Amino acid sequence: METRLNKKTRAALSVIAIALFVILVFLGDKYISAGSTWKMLITVIEKGSIFALVAASMNLLNGFTGLFSLGQAGFMLIGAYSYAIFTIPGKSHDAVYQYFDGGLIKWSIVEILEGKMGIFGHYLGMFIPMLFAGLFVALIAFLIGIPVLRLKSDYLAIATLGFAEIIRAFFQWNTLGPVTNGSNVLRKYTTYNNAIFPVIVAGISIAIILLLINSTYGRAFKAIRDDEIAAEAMGINLFKHKELSFVISSFFAGISGALLAMFQTTINATPFNTVMTYEILLIVVIGGIGSITGSVIGAFLFTAASEWWLRGLDAGKWLGIQSSLMRPGFRKVVFAVLIMLIVLFYAQGIMGTKEFSWDGFIGWWKKLPAAIKGWPQKRKAAAAAKKEARAVKAAAKARAKEAKQDSEMKKASGAALFTPLPMTDHVVVFDKEGK
Amino acid sequence: MKKFLALTMTLLLVLTFCVGCGGGDSGSGGGDTIKIGVFEPASGDNGAGGKQETLGIQYANKMQPTVDIGGTEYNVELVIVDNESDNSKAVTAAQNLVSQNVSIVLGSYGSGVSIAAADVFADANVPAIGVTCTNPQVTADCEQYFRICFLDPFQGTVLANYAYENGMRKAYCLSKLGDDYSVGLVNYFVEAFKALGGEVVEEQFPDKNSDFTSYVANAKKAGCDVFFSPVSTEAAALIIDQAEAQALGMPLLAGDTWDSNVITGAAKGKNVDIVVTTFYQEGGNPDFDEGIKAWFEEDSSAMTNNGGNTDLAAVTAMGYDAYFVALEAMKAAGSTDPAEILAALPSLQVSGLVCGDVSFNETGDANKTEAFVKKCNTETGEWEFLTKQSAQ
Amino acid sequence: MGFLHTWLPYILAGIAVGGQYALIAIGYTMVYGILRLINFAHGDVFMWSGLIMVYMITVLPLWLSVILVILFAIVLGTTIEKVAYRPLRSAPRMSIMISAIGVSYLLQNFALYITGGLTKTYPAINWLQKTVTIGSATTKMVTLITPILTIVLVVMLVMLIKHTKIGMAMRAVSRDFETSSLMGIDINRVITVTFVIGCALAAIGSILYFSNYTGINPMSGAMPGLKAFVAAVFGGIGSVPGAVVGAFVIGICENLIKGAGWTTFSDAFTFVLLIIILMVKPTGLFGEKNIDKV
Repeated sequence: METRLNKKTRAALSVIAIALFVILVFLGDKYISAGSTWKMLITVIEKGSIFALVAASMNLLNGFTGLFSLGQAGFMLIGAYSYAIFTIPGKSHDAVYQYFDGGLIKWSIVEILEGKMGIFGHYLGMFIPMLFAGLFVALIAFLIGIPVLRLKSDYLAIATLGFAEIIRAFFQWNTLGPVTNGSNVLRKYTTYNNAIFPVIVAGISIAIILLLINSTYGRAFKAIRDDEIAAEAMGINLFKHKELSFVISSFFAGISGALLAMFQTTINATPFNTVMTYEILLIVVIGGIGSITGSVIGAFLFTAASEWWLRGLDAGKWLGIQSSLMRPGFRKVVFAVLIMLIVLFYAQGIMGTKEFSWDGFIGWWKKLPAAIKGWPQKRKAAAAAKKEARAVKAAAKARAKEAKQDSEMKKASGAALFTPLPMTDHVVVFDKEGK
Repeated sequence: MKKFLALTMTLLLVLTFCVGCGGGDSGSGGGDTIKIGVFEPASGDNGAGGKQETLGIQYANKMQPTVDIGGTEYNVELVIVDNESDNSKAVTAAQNLVSQNVSIVLGSYGSGVSIAAADVFADANVPAIGVTCTNPQVTADCEQYFRICFLDPFQGTVLANYAYENGMRKAYCLSKLGDDYSVGLVNYFVEAFKALGGEVVEEQFPDKNSDFTSYVANAKKAGCDVFFSPVSTEAAALIIDQAEAQALGMPLLAGDTWDSNVITGAAKGKNVDIVVTTFYQEGGNPDFDEGIKAWFEEDSSAMTNNGGNTDLAAVTAMGYDAYFVALEAMKAAGSTDPAEILAALPSLQVSGLVCGDVSFNETGDANKTEAFVKKCNTETGEWEFLTKQSAQ
Repeated sequence: MGFLHTWLPYILAGIAVGGQYALIAIGYTMVYGILRLINFAHGDVFMWSGLIMVYMITVLPLWLSVILVILFAIVLGTTIEKVAYRPLRSAPRMSIMISAIGVSYLLQNFALYITGGLTKTYPAINWLQKTVTIGSATTKMVTLITPILTIVLVVMLVMLIKHTKIGMAMRAVSRDFETSSLMGIDINRVITVTFVIGCALAAIGSILYFSNYTGINPMSGAMPGLKAFVAAVFGGIGSVPGAVVGAFVIGICENLIKGAGWTTFSDAFTFVLLIIILMVKPTGLFGEKNIDKV
C-alpha cells in the first residue's frame, strides 16, 4: 500500500503546482512571439480556463444538485454585457454607440478609479464591474429561479433554455440601444493584458466552487441530487437549496461571461445561443458529470481540440494525412462523432465523479511503469476475454434467433404484438379489446 | 489549511492585478515563402459570400503565385481559416492566422467578425486589408486595419439618393438582429433618406428566422414604396420568394451583399424588382471575367464554392483586387516583415485593378466616390447595369 | 371586415406555419409520451429530410423523391433511437437527454460538412408554390394545403391510436412503461413505431415547410424544432390533438406579433408562452395530471 500524504504536504504540493503553472503562463504570454505556434497554446489556456469556470458552474447545478439547466449561455451573456457596459472609456463612447448618440452611460468605472488611485484603481475598476456582473446575473437568476425551480427535470431544462433565448432578444432590442448598443457590438472596453488574468480569476472561482461542494451545503446539494424526497425527509429545504445552487452557479457563469468579454475584446449577443450552452454541457459530459476536475480538464481538451489540434482537418492536411474528405466542416464532424462515442460508450467521462487528489496522482504515477510493462499481457488477456465474449454473444444470438422463430410462429397464429403471458387476467382483457 | 490556501489565492490575485503589460513581438516571414492569411467565413450566415470572396483571392494567387520583394522571388502561400461568421470564433481564428506567421491578412466578408478580430491583429501588429467589410468601425480605431471597399455611410447615402431620385418616398427597412452589417447600413440609409424628406418604417428579424411572410405583409400594410433589406444572401433568397408569393408590388433595394448569384438564382423567373449597389460591374474588365469563368469551368470545387455556376460576384472581384493590393504593399515595403508592410500601406497607390484604383485615406479606408447600381433581369437571371451613383 | 382585411395575411401565414409546426410537434409529443425524453434531434431529422429532398430531386422524379424522403426520415429516426437512445434506456434521464443533444450536434455538424455551410434552395414543387389570392391576401398554395393535410393526417393518427392494436399498446406504454412491458407488450416495437410515425410526419412537414420557406441550412431545423416542442408542451405533452392545437396557436400568435410591429420578440414570445404555461398549467391544455410516484 502506498503511504498517504499528510495535509500540509498536499497543500504545499498544490500551491507549488498552481504557482508553477501560473508563472509558466505568465512567462509564456510575455515571451512567446505572436508568430509562434505555441502562441496558440496560450490562447487555448485563456479560453480554456474561461470555459472551465462556466463548465464547473454548470456542473455544480447539473452534476451536484441534479438540476438540468440549459440557461448557462444566457447568464454568460448578461455577465459579459454588465462588465462591458461599465468599462468603456468615456472617449470611446461616441465611436462604440455610434447609432445611439454615444449611449446613456458616458463614463467608465475603470477611468474614475484610475483617476483617483492610479494603477491600483485601474485594476480595482476592472474587478468591481466583474463582481457586479456576477452579482447582477445572480440577481436575475434568483428572480428566474423562483418560478422555474419548481419544475421537474426536462421541463426545467426547456424553461431555462427559453429564458436564455428571451434574454438574448432583450439585449438586442433596439429600444435598449443606448445601454446595450442593440444589435451592434460593444468594444473598446477595458480588457486584461496577460493570459494570467483569466487563469487566476477562473482558478480562484473554481476553488470557491470546490470549497462549497465540500461544505455542508454541498452535501445537501448531493442529497437532493440523489433523492429529493429522502433529502426533504432529512430536513433539507429543497427550494432554498435549489435556489442557492442556481444563484451561485449563475454568479460564476456571469463572472466567466465577463472574462469571455475580455478575451474576445468585442461582445455581441448573437453567439450566446443554444449551441453555446450545448457546447458547455458537452464539456461537462466529457469531463464527467459530478467532477469539477473533470470539467476543467474537459474544458481545456475541448478548446484545444476544437480551436487548435483539429483545425488541420478543415484545411485538408492533418498529422501528415492528406485527404479530399478533409474540407471545411470536417473538423466539427469528427468532433461531434468523438463526443457521441464518449456519451454512448464512456458515459462517466474522463473523471467520472472522482476529483483530482495528490494521493491518487502519486499512486497512478507509481503504478504507471508496472502498467506499461504489464500492457502486452493485459492486451493478451483482453483479447482472450474478447474472444470469449464473442462466443457468448454468438450463443446468445443463436438463442435469440430461436426465440424469434418461436415468436414469429406465435404471431402467425394471431398474437401479433402481445406475447400472451399464461394465467393472467390482464392479457385476456387486452385481447378482448384488441379484437 | 483552508486559511493558508485562501491566503495564497489572495496573494496570487493581487499579483495578477499588478502584472504589467505583456505585448508580443511580431514574427517575421522566413525562407522563400511568404504567407498571406485569408480570414473569411466558409460557414454560417455569410458562408456563401465568404467563399466567393476567397475564390477571388485564390484565383489571384493562381494567376500570380510569386512576388518579387527586394530582389528575392517569394512563393505566396495562402493560409485560409474559417471564422464561421461568428464573432466569438473569429478571435481564435484570427489568432490562428497570426500564430502561423502570416505577413498580411485579407478579409473578411461581413463586418462583425472583422471588428472582433481587429484587436488580435493590432496586438500582433500584423496589417489586415478588409475586402468587403463596409462598417466604419472596422478601421476607425485600428491602425492595422485597411480596406479597399467603400463604407456604409457612403453606401447608405447612395442608396437613399437613388431611392429618392426615383420617386420613392416611404421605405420599409428590414435588418437582422445582432448583425452589424445590416443594422449599420439601414441606419445610414434611414439618416440620409429622412434628410431628403422621406419616411421610413424600421423592423428587425431574429436570428435563424426563415419565415418572412409577415415582414412582407407589414411592408404592404404600411403602404411603402420600396423594401430596403441589405441582409445576408441566405435571408435575401427567402425574402425574394415571399415577395413573389405575396405580390409585393414595390422594388427590393439592397447593398453589396445582394450582388451575388444566390440572388439572381432566387429571382430568376419571378415577378420581382431588385436593385442593388455594388463594387464591380461584370464586363468592366473582360479579361478578368473570362479568365475566372474558365477557371470555374475547369475546377469543379471552385465552381461548387461559387454556388454551382459561373456567375461572377462583386466580392470575388474585390478578393482578387485585395490580393494584388497585398502584393503591392509587400513590394513597396521591400520586406516580408508585417511591421514594415504596415508602414508601407498608408502611402500605397495601386492602379490596374478590376474594381478601380485604390489609395487609402488617413483612417485606412479606400478613397471611393462612386458605386455601381445594378438591376436584376429576372428573365435571364443576370445583372444589368443601371447607373453610377455618387453620394452627392 | 376592416380588421380581417388588415390581418388576414398574418392569420393565413400563421395557420400555414402552425400546421407545419404541428406535424413536427406530433413527433415530440409521442416520443415524450412514451420515453419521457425530449428528442432534441427531432428538429434535425426534419432539417435532414429537407436536405435529402434537395439532393434527391436532381436525379429522381418528384413522386419517388417524396416517398424516399419519408423513408429516409423514418430510417434516420429509428436508427437514432436504436443507436443513441436504446442503450441508455436504463440510464438516468439526464444521460439520455445529453445523448439527444449530442445527436442533434452531430446531425447539424454533418449537414454543415455536406452543404459546406451554404444555404440550399429547396426544389420548386409547382402546384404547391402557385400563387393564390384570398380576399385581401396573396399567398402560396401550400398555405392552404397545409392545414387541410395536417388535420387529415392527425385524424388518421388519432384513429390509429384509438382503434388499432398497436395504438392501444402505445397508450398502454405511455401510461405505464414498466407494467405494460410486464403485460407482454413488446416495448421496443412500440417505441420503433412511435419513431416511425413521428419521423414520417416530420418529413411531410419538411416538404410543406420548405416549399413555403425555400432555404435550408444546417440550423434550419433548430428553431422550428424548439417551437414545435413548445407547442407540444402547450397542448399537454403526450396528447396528439393538444400538440396540434398548440402548434396552431403558436403559429398564429407569432405572426400576429410580427404584424403588430414587435418583430424583435417574435421568437422570444414562444418561450414566454412556454414559461407562462409551465407556471400556470404545467400539464398543458389537454394533458392529464401526472402523479409522481414515490
